[in-house]
Amino acid sequence: MRQALEGSQAVARAVASCRPGVVAAYPITPQTHIVENISKLVADGLCDCEMVSVESEFSAASVVLGAAATGSRAYTATSSQGILLMAEVLYNIAGMRIPLVLTCANRAVSAPISIWNDQQDSMAVRDAGWIQLYCADNQEATDATVQAFRIAERMELPVMVCMDGFVLTHTMEPIDLPDQDQVDGFLPPYHFSRTLDSGHPMTLGGLAGPDYYAEIRHAHHRALLASETEIVSADRDWAELTGRASGGLLAVEGDADAELAVLAIGSVVGTLREAMQEYEGAKAKLIKLRCFRPFPVEALQQACRGVRRLIVLERALSPGGGGILGTEVRAALSELSDPPVVYNYAVGLGGRDVPMDLYPRLLEAVESGQGERFSIFDVELEKLPEEDR
Amino acid sequence: MAVPETESMQDLRQRQPRFSGLESGHRACQGCGQALAARLVTEAAGPDVMIANATGCLEVFTTAWPQSAWRVPWMHSVFENAAAIAAGMEAALKVQGRQSKVLAFGGDGGTFDIGFQALSGMLERNHNVLYVCFDNEAYMNTGIQRSSSTPHAAMTTTSPPGKRRMGKRHLKKDLLSIISAHHIPYAASSSVAYPADIRRKVRRAMAIEGPTFLMIHSPCPLGWGHEGALTIEVARLAVQTGLFPVIELERGTLTDCMPIRELHPVTEYLKLQQRFRHLFAPDDPRATEELEHLQALADYNIDTYGLRGERPDPLDTEGADTVHRGGKVS
Amino acid sequence: MIEIRIHGRGGQGNVVAAYLMAAAAFDSGFSSQAFPAFGAERRGAPVVAFVRIDEKPISRRSQVREPAYLIIQDEHLLHEHDLTAGLLPGGGVLINSTRSSEALAEELGGLKVVAIPATAMALETVGRPVPNVALLAAFLQLTGLLPQEGLIRALEERFSGDILEKNRKLAELAVQKVPAGLWKEAQHATGA
Repeated sequence: MRQALEGSQAVARAVASCRPGVVAAYPITPQTHIVENISKLVADGLCDCEMVSVESEFSAASVVLGAAATGSRAYTATSSQGILLMAEVLYNIAGMRIPLVLTCANRAVSAPISIWNDQQDSMAVRDAGWIQLYCADNQEATDATVQAFRIAERMELPVMVCMDGFVLTHTMEPIDLPDQDQVDGFLPPYHFSRTLDSGHPMTLGGLAGPDYYAEIRHAHHRALLASETEIVSADRDWAELTGRASGGLLAVEGDADAELAVLAIGSVVGTLREAMQEYEGAKAKLIKLRCFRPFPVEALQQACRGVRRLIVLERALSPGGGGILGTEVRAALSELSDPPVVYNYAVGLGGRDVPMDLYPRLLEAVESGQGERFSIFDVELEKLPEEDR
Repeated sequence: MAVPETESMQDLRQRQPRFSGLESGHRACQGCGQALAARLVTEAAGPDVMIANATGCLEVFTTAWPQSAWRVPWMHSVFENAAAIAAGMEAALKVQGRQSKVLAFGGDGGTFDIGFQALSGMLERNHNVLYVCFDNEAYMNTGIQRSSSTPHAAMTTTSPPGKRRMGKRHLKKDLLSIISAHHIPYAASSSVAYPADIRRKVRRAMAIEGPTFLMIHSPCPLGWGHEGALTIEVARLAVQTGLFPVIELERGTLTDCMPIRELHPVTEYLKLQQRFRHLFAPDDPRATEELEHLQALADYNIDTYGLRGERPDPLDTEGADTVHRGGKVS
Repeated sequence: MIEIRIHGRGGQGNVVAAYLMAAAAFDSGFSSQAFPAFGAERRGAPVVAFVRIDEKPISRRSQVREPAYLIIQDEHLLHEHDLTAGLLPGGGVLINSTRSSEALAEELGGLKVVAIPATAMALETVGRPVPNVALLAAFLQLTGLLPQEGLIRALEERFSGDILEKNRKLAELAVQKVPAGLWKEAQHATGA
């Protein structure tokens, strides 16, 4: 049913429609409305799950891990500081191959403390071994949430659904909420092969010495790579059921033959889309990256065939290193015989607005053809003393 | 011979120089109990302190870059580690032979819940730190979600009343009992309704070498659902119903409490706040039941801590019980 | 596409105003988008909220820099910042004020201003000093952008019982305060 809803509200309803057994969360801006909406559904008897209001994010991750291992579909949501505090447990969940879904309402990380949107938080845990999907709008966030449970439970891998904090979570827009029947048809009851059960006792989380650790990690890595297929089929099956597709691993829009391409993830894609339509500066295509982990090397190489200049935009960075997305993109494209020149920019850090006129300014910046290893495109150096520029 | 006129205590207090550790001009809401409590604490503690402040309203409304309202050394790290940061500051001061006192500031969220581990550790290791908890009974900065300090039956956004629920299901955590089990030299509760009491307890804690703990009941008008002008009245009623006992503990033993001279039923306190409005729904038997629960909790406190008393507290705010809103004294 | 910017302070229902307008627009068959630009969460802090309304789906998520209309929920903010920055030529400014439209228009250098005492009206009719519903109803009456029924239905989704009735009444009163269709010539966003 199509309604005007706040992003958080839509995600909360999507979660409720997946019939979770246990939801555990700790409040952190801008995830709060997701959890509050679920709490209200529970208080009104509309969502029959055990809602655990934990004392920290570390415990939130631990509670859902315990629940999922014990045979209940479980869910949590967090941002920024919260995802960092639960980092130890996130690695643990993935290493134990536990199916879980977590919504990350992307927010910048302290210090300095910021409540506003960027993607430093989910990027910081990209090596934890989770599947990571990024949503360009609230419809994608709603749909990805349902798909995430199926992907997680089929692959026995946890899935992180990332949506830009405030920009998506607190934005109201028309959203098609899936009906309960659609969700029930798509998502079978929770099943975990190694559920803790006295009938079939299993040991989870044991010690692996040097003679076994590498093999376990290899299997984990392979599973993540193999999950590309599940991610694609979940989106395709969902599209058949609802008429809505999100692009699988990535989607290409605009001029397929264009030699100039802009690659981005998250909500900035929406602004770029309209900007590229409005400013007729150049023939360009837009590559919306939806899946960051596993990193879709082949799909990206395919999308960049014939591209001479590629602008990679991200809302994060590795201080002292450079771009995170940009670095992975370059590595993937280096395998091509004639890779494009890459311009890697961070924009919108700490919630700085990304305006429509970013696009013509990018066009100007990439005229030279030299490429840009990495810079923060919208930094205002005049605010800094000389020695810090 | 004419008797010389003496100045009243009130006048004398006005002339006493006050150290302003927390400057005005910060961005707290109107009627913020925590802002008042923090100001009173820093005034009483004086300039030779350093503060480790947990994430929460207080650090947000006092330090929006590039400004700060603090006039003492101050650090904010993350939500859960104020006590550990304070322990580190104290250790460094000790090793350098410096005399500043370390204070740790946290809300109930950062103290009862996420910061509990660090607090327990700091107390157990006997650091010379005064930990002050500003208790507004929920996660206010993130939009009023329940904490383990939220009173039973209170409405928050994560403990909303509905068909199946009557607000928060669980009891307010008795943190002072847990603190006292650490057998620290001094632990106490106080309330913004009693500023003189806060000052006295801060000075007492400052003079002690070792871990001390002070919990200050600090109403949040936005979160509790009352006008900013009612903050003090609401805080006073919390004490005078027995729902928030004002007590002192030394090495785990109860040594003193603020007597309730005029006992009020809990309904008088609860009905002033929107967060309890579901308890006044007509024809809801659950509401009646919860009111009885809360009265029983208050009665239990009165019994356990021996809160009923006739003796006046000489350090209580003069005429506190008889000051009307608007400042007129009856 | 019509872009609207709403200025106010925390506690005045700024963000709710934006959400109500987006819900009303959606109800009337348009695509819509509404979101806030937050400062720290607290009563009294300046808050800006943005609304976009269009016939086709809206993709961009940048803040509104060139609004066709402004709604000012707290007139005292006008002294502190240049809230009218970016207003499209001929754009309308609806202000919550007890002062006259003419006086405010002059102060703002001849902009198209309409003022209504929304807070007073809300206090009298609903019992709470929240100006948003009165301003929204007046805004729709001035612009003819959406039918009033759209706003009423959005109110019905959000409120119920006594509060809903009072807000309905408030909307009716506000509609009477302003000339219908005074700002009917719609301004279209040119991008950015």
